[in-house]
Amino acid sequence: MAGMELLSDQGFRTDGRKPNELRRIRFKKGVFKQADGSAYLEQGNTKVLAAVYGPHEIRGGKGKALHDQLLINCQYSMATFSTQDRKRRPRGDRKSLEMTAHLKQTFNAVILTELYPKVQLDIYVEVLQSDGGNYCASVNAATLALIDAGIPMKDYVIACSGSYIRDTPVVDINNLEESSAGAEIIMAILPRCEQIVFIEMNSRLHEDHLSPVMDQVMTGCKDIFNILNQQVRDELCKKSAQDRIVDSG
Amino acid sequence: MLTSKVFIKKTRLGGVMKIVREHYLRDDISCGSLACTEDCEPMDKEPLEENPISDSKLVPEPHYLVPDTNVVLHQIDILEDPSVKNVIILQTVLDEIRHRSAPVYKRVKDILGNSQKHFYTYCNEFNMHTYVERKPGESANDRNDRAIRQAVAWYAKHLNKGGVQVVLLSNDADNRKKAVAENLIAYTIHDYVRSLSNLSLIDLLANPLNQSTLDGTNKVLFAEHLGLVEIQKGIRSGKYLQGTLLISRENYLEANVSVKDRDHMVFVQGLHSLNRAVNDDIVAIEMLPESEWSCPSSLVLTEDNGKDDEDEENRALLDNESLIKNKVPKELRQPTGRVVGIIKRNWRQYCGILQPSILKERTRHLFVPAEKRIPKIRIDTRQAETLASKRIIVAIDSWPRNSRYPLGHFVRCLGGVGDKDTENEVLLLEHDVPHSNFSEAVLSFLPKMPWTISEDDLKRRRDLRHLDICSVDPPGCTDIDDALHCRPLKNGNFEVGVHIADVSHFIRPGNALDQEAANRGTTVYLTDKRIDMVPDLLSSNLCSLRSGVNRFAFSVLWEITPAADIISTDFTKSIIDSKASLTYAEAQLKIDDPNSNDSLTQSLRGLNTLAKILKKKRLDNGALSLASTEVRFHVDSETNDPIDVQTKVLRDTNSMVEEFMLLANIAVAEKILNEFPDNALLRRHPPPPATNFDPLIKAAASKGFKIDVTSGKGLADSLDRAVVPENPYFNTMLRIVTTRCMMQAVYFCSGMLQPADYLHYGLATPIYTHFTSPIRRYSDIIAHRLLAVSIGADASYSELLDKTKIQSLCNNLNYRHKMAQYAGRASVNLHTHLFFKTRIQDEEGHVLFVRKNALQVLISKYGLEGTVFLNDDNQKSSSLFVYDEEMNTQSAGDVTIHVFDPVIVQLSIDRSNVQHMKLSLKLVRPVIPGFSVPSVNELSTKGTTPAPASGPVKKKRKV
Repeated sequence: MAGMELLSDQGFRTDGRKPNELRRIRFKKGVFKQADGSAYLEQGNTKVLAAVYGPHEIRGGKGKALHDQLLINCQYSMATFSTQDRKRRPRGDRKSLEMTAHLKQTFNAVILTELYPKVQLDIYVEVLQSDGGNYCASVNAATLALIDAGIPMKDYVIACSGSYIRDTPVVDINNLEESSAGAEIIMAILPRCEQIVFIEMNSRLHEDHLSPVMDQVMTGCKDIFNILNQQVRDELCKKSAQDRIVDSG
Repeated sequence: MLTSKVFIKKTRLGGVMKIVREHYLRDDISCGSLACTEDCEPMDKEPLEENPISDSKLVPEPHYLVPDTNVVLHQIDILEDPSVKNVIILQTVLDEIRHRSAPVYKRVKDILGNSQKHFYTYCNEFNMHTYVERKPGESANDRNDRAIRQAVAWYAKHLNKGGVQVVLLSNDADNRKKAVAENLIAYTIHDYVRSLSNLSLIDLLANPLNQSTLDGTNKVLFAEHLGLVEIQKGIRSGKYLQGTLLISRENYLEANVSVKDRDHMVFVQGLHSLNRAVNDDIVAIEMLPESEWSCPSSLVLTEDNGKDDEDEENRALLDNESLIKNKVPKELRQPTGRVVGIIKRNWRQYCGILQPSILKERTRHLFVPAEKRIPKIRIDTRQAETLASKRIIVAIDSWPRNSRYPLGHFVRCLGGVGDKDTENEVLLLEHDVPHSNFSEAVLSFLPKMPWTISEDDLKRRRDLRHLDICSVDPPGCTDIDDALHCRPLKNGNFEVGVHIADVSHFIRPGNALDQEAANRGTTVYLTDKRIDMVPDLLSSNLCSLRSGVNRFAFSVLWEITPAADIISTDFTKSIIDSKASLTYAEAQLKIDDPNSNDSLTQSLRGLNTLAKILKKKRLDNGALSLASTEVRFHVDSETNDPIDVQTKVLRDTNSMVEEFMLLANIAVAEKILNEFPDNALLRRHPPPPATNFDPLIKAAASKGFKIDVTSGKGLADSLDRAVVPENPYFNTMLRIVTTRCMMQAVYFCSGMLQPADYLHYGLATPIYTHFTSPIRRYSDIIAHRLLAVSIGADASYSELLDKTKIQSLCNNLNYRHKMAQYAGRASVNLHTHLFFKTRIQDEEGHVLFVRKNALQVLISKYGLEGTVFLNDDNQKSSSLFVYDEEMNTQSAGDVTIHVFDPVIVQLSIDRSNVQHMKLSLKLVRPVIPGFSVPSVNELSTKGTTPAPASGPVKKKRKV
């Protein structure tokens, strides 16, 4: 019998997770000193670095500037060592360009762009290791980097993927599930107001199954949000406590 | 919940890759036992019993069993036995089985799904306490063994307070030793089973691979098989070829291998060349040099009976070898090869009988399978005496190099030889017809009785209960899936309706009931038994369109002019109330009776007139009307033995119903193809290649007729013209011969073929499907679902829209249909044998084919075909006959036999072979001295008591 059993009869996925369980998420904000904001995020074996520069004056042709809002410049790239086979072009290929466009679109929707007319913001995302859910990890890392940089946003923007395996919606799929299962649904949402910022599906899925998967992904996003938000707040509290000591001392 | 994370590195063959995967270990996996005293994650229902009863002398305490991979793989028959309960299947074991044997995996899953068996899968690989990491230098197998021991140790500790022991079953001595060193209880399956009080289990034990090598004295008979790696290397370099082995039906020492991407089969001859490959195995073969090529010998060889001694076996082996090692002329040589290795065994369980042994007390016996292409199998049993005249099932375990026959073990006993139920069972098993009772899971999806029609149903369906609808079926039919009506409209046209049982309303996609029906594919009709596709409640009650009750239907309504032109077609889900369930004869009587003038009769008359016009149109279009003979057995109500046979009578009403079913099927096919160009389930009948018609052309030419085979129309016309006044049966026989030339009609998915290939040759329609018998065919259920979606009456689902899924479904349906057909024919054969068991009879027949050494004779009274051998060994009369290939005749002295000549033959049963009783035909007339036999006095043997009981009604129409 060829192929992997992606979801066993006992309800476990190949890596031991249940359908509704996320991979382990770990992150660190402020990993670079030179950038205005940065973050490193792991979702399972997918590892991503994000850095934010700006807002600053428009670089290159002034003509690109938008008179009423912020210009967001994104760059998505994958390290040559990020995949199983060594990658030839870290950026500029079709996939990366598409991903760049998607990221730009996503962040245009959440950053309060009208506060910064005629200036530019750079978001650089580098995938260090890829094991499925690159877009999701990139969005989550970039969100943290933006928070680190202090850019005003409507809300967190959290992305998560999902699929439909053996009549069960599964969440946060890894590379194996991505490549062998049917449709993959990727969603980026604003978790607190439950608005969908971005949604993508890359193969056919019967319409009856769409809403269960979307619900599951939505729950996944909120779970991720809780994890990120908790740690961000904890760190902030610790920081402000330290600052107070410094101020008083 | 996520506790820890480790990396597993895997390398795959063909390009080394480092694969890194996450592996989450958890602490929330339940042990699945009711005896658990720790705080395990609770389950809905723990499968393992609190107090497992055991009568093992080795382990008197209550205990659970943990078999290792090899035990499950080889001793699955033991695990399947109902007395074996409370077994823990570890995830490690399950994964390994999955990789090594798909059939065993399926069987294990079936056991796990059975709540009576108390089997449980423990996910030890995901549990933080039982997961073990592979040590450097440790082989994968050793790691798995260690993982199994670790899990057993965990269980032993876990259930210690609960008072339940855990027993590891492993036939690996090393593994057992290590387990005992770790203070675990471990036994071989053989020791364990022998310690049980249930002795019948011992026979089920598979032979361990190394048993016969212990003898040591045996010399090696076969060359060693190559390893898989070597084979793969060889196939890639072109040194070896891969293919499926098909043993010849005539000669068990000859086989053909169908090699992928090659037109010609590769021939394999002789035991050594076959090298222990069994029919259907996927093998690797090596081509022999051209000088050693051979050709199929014309000998008919079957394994000889009686010889059981090992010595004799070997001699027989050599004898047979020398028989076929004759020099072959160059022009006859075929590409010949020999088997060098087995890529995949396709062993299944085989039906057959035990060969009588010389020594009664011996425990080693030879088993003779019913299928001639399977070698005899050596088994160990202590019940030889009781099994002597029984049909039994045996599985092959292995075929060591020093054994003439494969080694196997007894699985179960079906019943006495010649017993009708047993023979039916054999028939079903050999034709792979799923015939077990419907499982609990399947039955749970049946509607709850009493079933009522809800308001909601009424709203969604068109109410047609006021119409004079009736059904016309064979007598005794309980699964009525079609009904008809016809009424005149004000504008002079007619409204005609075909109402089909709405089975898809009850069988919802994807549930267990649906899956079971999809697997069965079709209802199988044996002469005295019906194996239903859907449970009885649906087939004979809720779906059956009986008279006087409200039933759901899927209706096709047409407006038709009196000249039978269709003006409009409408499809709708409906509720009907059939006014009468008629038989063909009753309907015919109503139509013919001038005094009867009620609305129902009017309706029938209208249908009949329209059907005749439709039929004429269809035939003018080039549709073939072919003949085949169908017989019906009259069965004695007490002994259930057949006492008389009759062929079916065809009436106008048969053709009337048939005509409207065709019309409905075509209308539905057009509609669903229009809506679903990619995934409609259709049925096609490819035109046969011209060479197929050679026997027909030859046969017709013998009577001076020319048959035009260039088109269906030409064929139909020339068949109509070929009538000989003095032999009224000639035309029918010609049509029977034509039927033999045809290809099989098959189901397919429209997205898989070009529209030009959709053609149904026999019916002369560009497109066709099956819609009208959803109770007995799964294809019709799919057609119903597609149609329901296209008229917005039902929701679609993903499998329905996936053309590869539909195509694989079609493949299964085609297979099941073919098998059902074969099983039906075999059943008729079986009954013919039972019928002639007690009598010898003379019957009139016609010569259907003239062969080189035989005549094939059709006995029209029984619709039976038999062979009269002309060179019978006993009579030494081969020289008597002269075969004329040109004229296709056989002549002896002044008598010449042509095709289609009437003859009289004597029928009796040849019992020389218990497994394959044959109907033997002997020529009575024309009288040929030295060959023909004298006629028997018929009057004394012919028992013609009228028969009250009869078998299930075969609903099959020609559509």
